[in-house]
Amino acid sequence: MALLDIEHLTVEFGAASAPFRAVDGVDLQIDAGEVVGIVGESGSGKSVLSLAVLGLVDFPGRVAARTLAFDGQDLLRLSARARRRLTGKDMAMVFQDPMTSLNPCYTVGFQIEETLRVHEGGSRATRRQRALDLLAQVGIPDPASRLRAFPHQLSGGMSQRVLIALAIACNPRLLIADEPTTALDVTIQAQILGLLRDLQRQRGMALILITHDLALAAENCQRVVVMYAGQVVESGPIAAVFAAPRHPYTRALLSALPESGTGQRRLATLAGVVPGQYDRPSGCLLHPRCLFVSERCRLQPPGLRPVGPQRQARCHTPLDAAGRPTDD
Amino acid sequence: MTEHALTLTPPGPLREFWSHFRQNAGAVAGLLVITVLLVVALGAPWLAPHPPAEQYRDALLLPPAWLDGGNWRFPLGTDDIGRDLLSRLLFGARVSLLIGCIVVTLSLAAGILLGLLAGFFRGLIDTLIMRLMDILLALPSLLLAIAIVAVLGPSLNNAMIAIAVVVLPHYVRLTRAAVLSEIAKDYVMASQVAGAGLLRQMFVNVLPNCLAPLIVQATLGFSAAILDAAALGFLGLGAQPPTPEWGTMLADARQFIQRAWWVVTFPGLAILITVLAFNLMGDGLRDALDPKLKR
Amino acid sequence: MLLFLLRRLGLLVPTFLGVTAIAFALIHLIPGDPLELLAGERGIDPERHARMLHELGFDQPLWRQYLDYIGAVVQGNLGTSLITRQPVLDEFMTLFPATLELSLAAMLFAVLLGLPAGILAAVKRGTVLDHTVIGISLTGYSMPIFWWALLLILLFSVQLGWTPVSGRIAVEFYIEPVTGLLLIDTLLAGDYEAFRSAVRHLILPAIVLGTIPLAVIARMTRSALLEVIREDYIRVARAKGLSPLRVIGVHALRNALIPVVTVIGLQVGTLLAGAILTETLFAWPGIGKWLIDSINRRDYPAVQGGILLVASVVMLVNLLVDLLYGLINPRIRHAH
Repeated sequence: MALLDIEHLTVEFGAASAPFRAVDGVDLQIDAGEVVGIVGESGSGKSVLSLAVLGLVDFPGRVAARTLAFDGQDLLRLSARARRRLTGKDMAMVFQDPMTSLNPCYTVGFQIEETLRVHEGGSRATRRQRALDLLAQVGIPDPASRLRAFPHQLSGGMSQRVLIALAIACNPRLLIADEPTTALDVTIQAQILGLLRDLQRQRGMALILITHDLALAAENCQRVVVMYAGQVVESGPIAAVFAAPRHPYTRALLSALPESGTGQRRLATLAGVVPGQYDRPSGCLLHPRCLFVSERCRLQPPGLRPVGPQRQARCHTPLDAAGRPTDD
Repeated sequence: MTEHALTLTPPGPLREFWSHFRQNAGAVAGLLVITVLLVVALGAPWLAPHPPAEQYRDALLLPPAWLDGGNWRFPLGTDDIGRDLLSRLLFGARVSLLIGCIVVTLSLAAGILLGLLAGFFRGLIDTLIMRLMDILLALPSLLLAIAIVAVLGPSLNNAMIAIAVVVLPHYVRLTRAAVLSEIAKDYVMASQVAGAGLLRQMFVNVLPNCLAPLIVQATLGFSAAILDAAALGFLGLGAQPPTPEWGTMLADARQFIQRAWWVVTFPGLAILITVLAFNLMGDGLRDALDPKLKR
Repeated sequence: MLLFLLRRLGLLVPTFLGVTAIAFALIHLIPGDPLELLAGERGIDPERHARMLHELGFDQPLWRQYLDYIGAVVQGNLGTSLITRQPVLDEFMTLFPATLELSLAAMLFAVLLGLPAGILAAVKRGTVLDHTVIGISLTGYSMPIFWWALLLILLFSVQLGWTPVSGRIAVEFYIEPVTGLLLIDTLLAGDYEAFRSAVRHLILPAIVLGTIPLAVIARMTRSALLEVIREDYIRVARAKGLSPLRVIGVHALRNALIPVVTVIGLQVGTLLAGAILTETLFAWPGIGKWLIDSINRRDYPAVQGGILLVASVVMLVNLLVDLLYGLINPRIRHAH
């Protein structure tokens, strides 16, 4: 049984008569100890998806799913209180912007110990010791003095380490990292990712790495899920997807990577942006931007279907190994 | 593009503003009341049943028409020297809106100018202007207004000047802050590189982008001006009798509070409703114009 | 922190000088002969006029007069009232406790009601409760308080007879001033009847004076809390699995209080301005009433000194608020 089992998850915002679907019928299974990348442009719904898993989608947003289960427990049926016992303990999250993610009014130590207190209790002294250990584990030098520091006294990389320490404080079985390095300097990025991978291996926790950077997913994940406009458009083992993308969108993302542009004069890019509330097209959501668009794509939305071992793609004419559209 | 997609194109800025504004029931109510007030103010000579200063010696302190002893000749009753309360209230709308208009125009114009100067030139000019504004802010507004009126002598004109001076710092600070945040943006730099002159930068490039907070402040300034003018009138330092200014009317009426509640109640209610309407609209404008609060 | 304090004090000096300039200008801008103003209604003969002109330094150049004025102010000499022939500073100090007591009571009323109302409205956003709080606070904010006072007097004093109409305490009580605050002095004297009388006198003016601060505090608390709730660190706090009560009470409120404290501090100015109206209406023997009386009596030295002193009080309170601000906001406390 999968650790996290999501079937047809939908998150809607706005009026019930004309809702905006930020997440649109997503299926996703994560096994214990697995590292999965969720890749997509800004606005593809990947962050909202993770918030929905943690139960953090706020009032105007509506979450619905056929299944949303963690370790066999139906999250949508749990009481708010029972769900909070999971959130922050068994499932934890690291967010995008470390500089605004720590409460400016409290010390680092207070914020880490608070998590421990809520989920595990224990004495003040043991909590303090745990917090010290955690800071040491995420590679913060002189943890004792950092415990007393206020967030504005930390650099971005240091803050992200603190936030990671916070997230792993209660030994979660699932850690979701939402663009954990986007707001950081390039040199720090590699350190933070390395830290996340080390922690994942040591503790055997499942890791969902959300990113807009396919290369980053390729280096760190076993499996990748590509999202576009709230939908999963392709998923599969990272090596296979990288070698021969089945969906034109994945192909476009890959060819936009600098690495694949060797020898070419210009990098291939995908014209246009992810559709928003007002310009959602009919048929396949990608069709206005797709290189291989056909009449059928304009009229009929494609379904997600198998396109190889453990692979799925949402396309009427999935690409073959040579990158040409096939007719089914 | 299909037809379906076309109907969902994003709305233009004015329409988007209106659709936000319209959602705020309070703001629309405020706008409605202000419209009615405008009509009343402009049409007072035709709408009012009596001239505002006409004294009917046979009808002193008459209660409103629906009460015992009331008379439909004077729908809201009369005051202590037999003037029709309704007529005075209608003409009072004139005075109050005029006060609001003049005070806001004066302080807005001066405030924008000083704010632009401070924001663009920085340095000594900035320090001088902002220090001066700090000094004005250190004094409680009504106290400063009273001090100014004490110097100039009590009259409606002097009260308006005093209030305009008192509210000036808000406009200056707002303009300056908006200018500073706009100046730091790339488009200003870009247009400077393109050779735009200082005046063009000030009034064509930067000012329009600072207007949203100023419009909101001006709307709220209307209510503050009306309220302060009424307070000065009440203290005998604003409009002088027999001007039908609501605050002055209240001051006259105070001594009859035990005998004739209507001469006290209605002018105050008029002030409250007017001020509330401008505040409601100001809040609605702020919500509709402030992109940070959208959605 | 010490540096922060010193810098704030440094900023106060030019502002204070500016206020003295305004107070100084007050007398000199009034059209007419300053000596005739000082002499009041009784007039003055030419010979005495010339002598006094010299004695009071009015024959000196203006800048010289201003320097002399500042010198006197710094030594605590704010001139003498034309009516009572008392030093202005003494008059102020005698009357100030009454205003202080009224203002404190009004602020207490405003904070005790406004903070919880704002928090509740923000937490229950969009509900009937929220709309009620918004509606009431907007009405309170728009209230002409002189009229509000009349209405309350009409209801509670005239119709119901619950509260007295004017003054600080019933005439039959005499309480030796210790702190000047009647609520405390009556208790110190152990005279509970007098205490009750003082409370009954205080309630209505305090409600009137506290109405606008109450509305402002409720609105500000609500909007600050709503703003903070959108912050990333609130999402992080929720992702820790904290209860909504803890997220609001510990993480959001602390940050939301920063602007609220500022606003409470700024209300002190509004409070003193409102005290002018409230004290006049309730015949409350404080500095607000004294200032208006002085203006009406053309007692210009009293007006001049009063304005300077009120402005000083406002500046002092603002300084205190800044310090308090540093206490609740670590970013300022640790600024170098």
